[in-house]
Amino acid sequence: MIDLEKITIKKAHEALKRGDYTCVELSKRYLEEIKKKNKEINAYLEVFSDVLDQAREANKRFQAGTATMLTGIPFAIKDNILIKGRIASSASKILENYHAVYDATVIEKLKKEDAVFLGRTNMDEFAMGGSTENSAFGVTRNPHDMERVAGGSSGGSAAAVAMGGALVALGSDTGGSIRQPASFCGLVGFKPTYGRISRYGLMALGSSLDQIGPFAKTVSDTEIVYNAIKGMDKKDSTTISNNSEEKSKKLTIGIPRHFLSEGIHKDVIKNFNESIDKFKKMGYEVMDITLPNIPYSLAVYYIIMPSEASSNLARYDGMRYGLHKDGKDGIEDYFVTRGEGFGKEVRRRILLGTYVLSSGYYDAYYNRANAARRIITDDFYKAFEKVDIIMTPTTPTPAFKIGEKSSDPVSMYLEDIFTVTANLTGMPAISIPCGFSGKLPLGLQMTVRHGDEATLFKVGKEFLGE
Amino acid sequence: MITIKEVENLANLARIKIDEKEKKSLTKEIDSILTYIDQIKKATVHIDHTLVIGEVHNVFRDDVVGGCEDRDRILASAPDREGDFIAVKKIIEQ
Repeated sequence: MIDLEKITIKKAHEALKRGDYTCVELSKRYLEEIKKKNKEINAYLEVFSDVLDQAREANKRFQAGTATMLTGIPFAIKDNILIKGRIASSASKILENYHAVYDATVIEKLKKEDAVFLGRTNMDEFAMGGSTENSAFGVTRNPHDMERVAGGSSGGSAAAVAMGGALVALGSDTGGSIRQPASFCGLVGFKPTYGRISRYGLMALGSSLDQIGPFAKTVSDTEIVYNAIKGMDKKDSTTISNNSEEKSKKLTIGIPRHFLSEGIHKDVIKNFNESIDKFKKMGYEVMDITLPNIPYSLAVYYIIMPSEASSNLARYDGMRYGLHKDGKDGIEDYFVTRGEGFGKEVRRRILLGTYVLSSGYYDAYYNRANAARRIITDDFYKAFEKVDIIMTPTTPTPAFKIGEKSSDPVSMYLEDIFTVTANLTGMPAISIPCGFSGKLPLGLQMTVRHGDEATLFKVGKEFLGE
Repeated sequence: MITIKEVENLANLARIKIDEKEKKSLTKEIDSILTYIDQIKKATVHIDHTLVIGEVHNVFRDDVVGGCEDRDRILASAPDREGDFIAVKKIIEQ
């Protein structure tokens, strides 16, 4: 029996190499677990029917001696990342039967290594949300507590790994959509520097904010997946080259205490302080920092993201692909297709984006938000003159109950308060598991300078004792 | 306060059909969101209309013809099709 509790990519790779088990056996083991648990948890929208065929291909690589680190490693893929020939729906009715016509660059890279794709995972529709409750195909439950959300928007990917239904997963992070569900499900979740990973083949939400990233149980696995999918891509002109190098000097941690006073669950603060003490004991210097404009970050985010989303989602017209609903003429086709195809939160954000971009409000909202985005980023630059890592809790609360926040959009948006800054500034950030509130996992978020991923991995591994 | 008429106008601009009940709930929800995001009016900013995210630079490439993704698959994705064309409703009156 393969022990899914303690498995890592490296251990699996070595076991496959030694012949302790085959890629087919490894995938079968995950399929069994999915069969047992997915009905209730709803992490996967679809488990692919050809998983064992993929695993057999991977086996051949081991037999031929050409296997690489991710060969045969079972992945769960968020439903907004395209895999050629397979459905990619973004958990939306408007794309329910849409088959991808090409591979996302990250998928192409994983295919070259013959990684195994187990299935596509549930999410908030078009990645809009923090609880997976906005999926058109039902909520994803938290494997640690079935009454609670797995987080979102990449809730399905997080739950898939946390329930033992995948070794690792890919998600996307526009305002915390990898880090927040990772925190809720007790996993490592990572958003790289903007531009490190190609967005080609990722369905766009907020194009200046979106990044693909991995979910894993360990920082080491996160790093392996990141290294496999990163890099410049001609098909995404915002990709940048890698210049990250590990620094050996003593690292200083900065804490924006002024931002940690209101609306935070007491266990979250208690655990955060304990984590900081642990770093002190490990020899890190810790100091308080001020990020004067950080209180504006959530407001800035909820102007920029809907603006970009309302523009990006204009493409769903019911004519070129996706759902088509018939109206009395071409124009009415748009109205009924989009009215029926988009869910409530998506309609809300498109309207909000349309509002803040409309003439008369454009300067007061959109332009102002972009200018504020700049001063928030400057605050971080200034802080990074003194410190190397900025730490906050990943979320103000542990996983909340299903339905608890669904009637009040602002209280739901407030869940993103600590995570949106990394997307606004484009800086890399990671959430690592740091303890529990009862049976609910908590996450610690670390943000570093642009391109300094190596520091995140180094410090994360040290903290988790990897 | 955002009015129902404004919500109707936004839905019209965004080409989304919204029923009466949702128009009402949307005015309330959009209002609460606007109240929250209005705090950025207090931020001291210099609006210079430039935006730089992270270390992204301008990217140039040679203007050469590249390949095309599978044409048939792309056409097959269309809800309605006539031969190699995507079929839509007539928009010009004769």
